[in-house]
Amino acid sequence: MSEEHKESSLTFYVGIWLTLLAGTALTVVAARIDLGPFNAAVALTIATVKALLVALFFMHIKGAHEKLLKLVVISTVFFLFILLALTMADYGTRAWS
Amino acid sequence: MHSQAAAVHPEVHNPALLHHFAEPQQQRDAASLGMWIFLATEVMFFGGLFCAYLIYRIKYFGDFAAASQTLNAALGAANTVVLICSSLTVVLAVWAAQHARRTMLLVSLVLTIILGFAFLGIKADEYKEKFELHHVPGASFQFQKSIPGHPDQMANPQHAQIYFALYFIMTGLHALHMIVGLGIFLWLLVMAWKGRFTPEYNTPVEMGGLYWHFVDIVWIYLFPLLYLIDLHK
Repeated sequence: MSEEHKESSLTFYVGIWLTLLAGTALTVVAARIDLGPFNAAVALTIATVKALLVALFFMHIKGAHEKLLKLVVISTVFFLFILLALTMADYGTRAWS
Repeated sequence: MHSQAAAVHPEVHNPALLHHFAEPQQQRDAASLGMWIFLATEVMFFGGLFCAYLIYRIKYFGDFAAASQTLNAALGAANTVVLICSSLTVVLAVWAAQHARRTMLLVSLVLTIILGFAFLGIKADEYKEKFELHHVPGASFQFQKSIPGHPDQMANPQHAQIYFALYFIMTGLHALHMIVGLGIFLWLLVMAWKGRFTPEYNTPVEMGGLYWHFVDIVWIYLFPLLYLIDLHK
């Protein structure tokens, strides 16, 4: 790693950290405003952005050397999505509670 | 003489390279892949609990909102900040190991451990309050509160008990993961103190870091889902 990359890497990490803190503050502020049915959606969207920042930049998925890695990560999210989506579809389409 | 040979065949003389790997990068990739596959199983582990939470939250929304408001959102937010800061110190520790900065590595690991204990301390305080209020599911469970936004309607205690069962199981499982993470980082600290991590070999720090970041991500989702339901009411 060259000298310039050393410091820019550190400043980059601090930048991500500050963004995560800002996201947390935003979540709390948004929770106090009445957005009707969108409160949950806003909170989860901000949470997902924060999770993506941690995963891509702190866990170094972005720029990872191993190509299979991205497949593993995407598969994980995909299977979690199936778990949540299909279960909710089951419960959501029951007329009898 | 050793350094001359090492310059020509660095892999042959790198003591950290195991025999079944062709080169150090391949070994690092294998470790990374293995840790991520483990994290995939962890995602499904917590995912099942999140799924249960989703179902009951939609079904008993008012009761869940009432129960959620007995939690201390400020402490929850503080814990979120603590974990985000600890993720920064983890990433700094990995960077320090990669750049042979021993002091920075040790300080970063120590700070991560301190922040981890701070998280558990705040959690313990929250649990203590829940015990005092009889919000722990079981024989002595009591819950008298109106549904937020509907002051004339009392929340169903049985439904609120489901919320608290999910609260304790999800945050408890998360805290268990934090404790394991602290054990891992204490071990990393001892190894770092002994000088085992170099720019050529710092995989344990990276892998421990991946685990810690995952635990942080779980909390990033737990916080808004558990603490911030209908706070505006």
